Amino acid sequence: MPTVELVGISNYALKQINLKILDKELFVLLGKTGSGKTTLLNTIAGLKEYEGTVKFDNKSIDRIPTENRGIGYLFQNLLLFPHMNVYSNISYGLRIRNFRKTEISTKVMELVKLVGIEHLVDRYPKYLSGGEKQRVALARALAIEPRILLLDEPFNNLDPRTAKHLRLELKRIQQNLGITSIFVTHNLLEAEELADRIAIMNEGKIQQVGRPQEIFFSPGNDFVREFLGAPNILECEHCTPIGNDLAEVKTNGISVIAPYEGEHIKKISIMPSEIFMSRYAIPGPNVNMFRGKIISVNRSSTVAQSLVEIENGKYSVELPIESCQSEVWKEGTEVFVKFRLKSIRSLAYSESH
Amino acid sequence: MINLTEKIIWVFPIIAFLFGWELISRIGIFPTYLFPPFSAVLLTLYFLTIEGVLLNNLASSLFRVIIGFTFGACSGILVGILMGINSKLNKTFSPIFSLLMPIPALGWVPLFMLWIGINELLPIALVFMCSFFPVLYNTITGIRSVETDYLEASRTLGASNMQILTTILLPLSFQNIITGLRLEAGMAWRVIIAAEMVAIPSGIGALMMRAESLLRVDVIMVCLIVLSIMCLISENIFVKLEERTKHWK
Repeated sequence: MPTVELVGISNYALKQINLKILDKELFVLLGKTGSGKTTLLNTIAGLKEYEGTVKFDNKSIDRIPTENRGIGYLFQNLLLFPHMNVYSNISYGLRIRNFRKTEISTKVMELVKLVGIEHLVDRYPKYLSGGEKQRVALARALAIEPRILLLDEPFNNLDPRTAKHLRLELKRIQQNLGITSIFVTHNLLEAEELADRIAIMNEGKIQQVGRPQEIFFSPGNDFVREFLGAPNILECEHCTPIGNDLAEVKTNGISVIAPYEGEHIKKISIMPSEIFMSRYAIPGPNVNMFRGKIISVNRSSTVAQSLVEIENGKYSVELPIESCQSEVWKEGTEVFVKFRLKSIRSLAYSESH
Repeated sequence: MINLTEKIIWVFPIIAFLFGWELISRIGIFPTYLFPPFSAVLLTLYFLTIEGVLLNNLASSLFRVIIGFTFGACSGILVGILMGINSKLNKTFSPIFSLLMPIPALGWVPLFMLWIGINELLPIALVFMCSFFPVLYNTITGIRSVETDYLEASRTLGASNMQILTTILLPLSFQNIITGLRLEAGMAWRVIIAAEMVAIPSGIGALMMRAESLLRVDVIMVCLIVLSIMCLISENIFVKLEERTKHWK
């Protein structure tokens, strides 16, 4: 399987994209709607005009038309051919290439087993559920043994549970086949779950490339920070394991209990929306609860963003607007805050280099 | 039991209709020569059939419909495909076709009588005109209504332009094309009867005109029944083809 290299790719939606995707890697393009991620995918597929060079394995493929680029493409709306049953859909690419009937049948049977749809081969797409269609589309894209697999938000229209299940399966299949894959999504969790590396895109440019942990704990610029949900990131001064996969971490004069995976923790992070804030002591075990003082409150139509000072650190806290409409929530108010233990992420030393 | 009733329930109105026809005619409100009973019409059908008159005329009409319709539909589909996939061709030719299409097929009769003369080619040409334009229009619409995303999907799976046409574009426009064919198959019969009435000395339409001059209402009714059945059969052939696409959408 090849590496993919993009050199100076530009067109109506993209500005000078340079990117190198490694062999067997599952690479995620992450960005908001309109950031150019799908256009970039279509550029690699050769479906869109572009300037610059796309290289597979260091060879330029700019002059090779889509049908000969050796790619598998999983479209956002899947595009199963409605006039063909599952078998014919999956075997389409093989029939186009004039494979022998017996070969096609063997290959299709292998694929339906791989994606777990042996019982559906005779059905028409109209009679399939969302998740089943997804599997058929994946099998169809894999049938031609593509060198590179391109996936454009394929799990968007599924319920979260099915989507998660399919993500895990995709990851398993991708690793088994060792196929270089580029996955487009706007969903941060999806990106974190799947990616070997992530590129965050905005307005046709790449903002940051890195492993999920890298991006999460050291956002390269303000856009990335905002995109990630502006997490509170805390440098750890001291880390003591306390058993039960937990560690006590000293940071900015407070000690926080955080999940511990057997390695020294370098940084921890918590989302503003995962911090609870109250004027009275919060009931429940006294873990990760601190006293602080509001420095500023910023109300929008749905949430109130507060900056809270605890010892010598400042933390941003986000509450639904309904729970802090009272006049009492203002600069200088003494509050109790509590970090949700489950929502604290830790970055170990070995992951940070 | 309910299923069986549902399946044969359509028979009863027909029986009631025929019975009413027979009854009204037998009561004698109208003269029998203007309004013969159903039984007399059936008898005429029998005699016309064994004498060969009916079959001969039906054969000439059928021949004209088949030849004219086949040519009209095939050229309509062919030109439709070309105009459907090539937007330059479409832009160039659609204005002229739009001008010609509204002319009813029978509107061509006087012109064709002068150009072609009164021979076998005249009714065939008329059926051609009546099937060509609607089939052309439906084919273009069919091809243009295929989502272009499907074409990209097929391209990523390795299909060449020709393969995309034969495996994706045509099958997906099949439904539209067949609907056009179905409507026009019935229309071809209507046109051929009218043409035979005014211009051609043979065929079911001509038989009806001769029956009219001889005041044979029973023969006219036989012809109408035959015509109705032929229309139905022609359209049903395409209904059956249309049904094959029911799993698609």
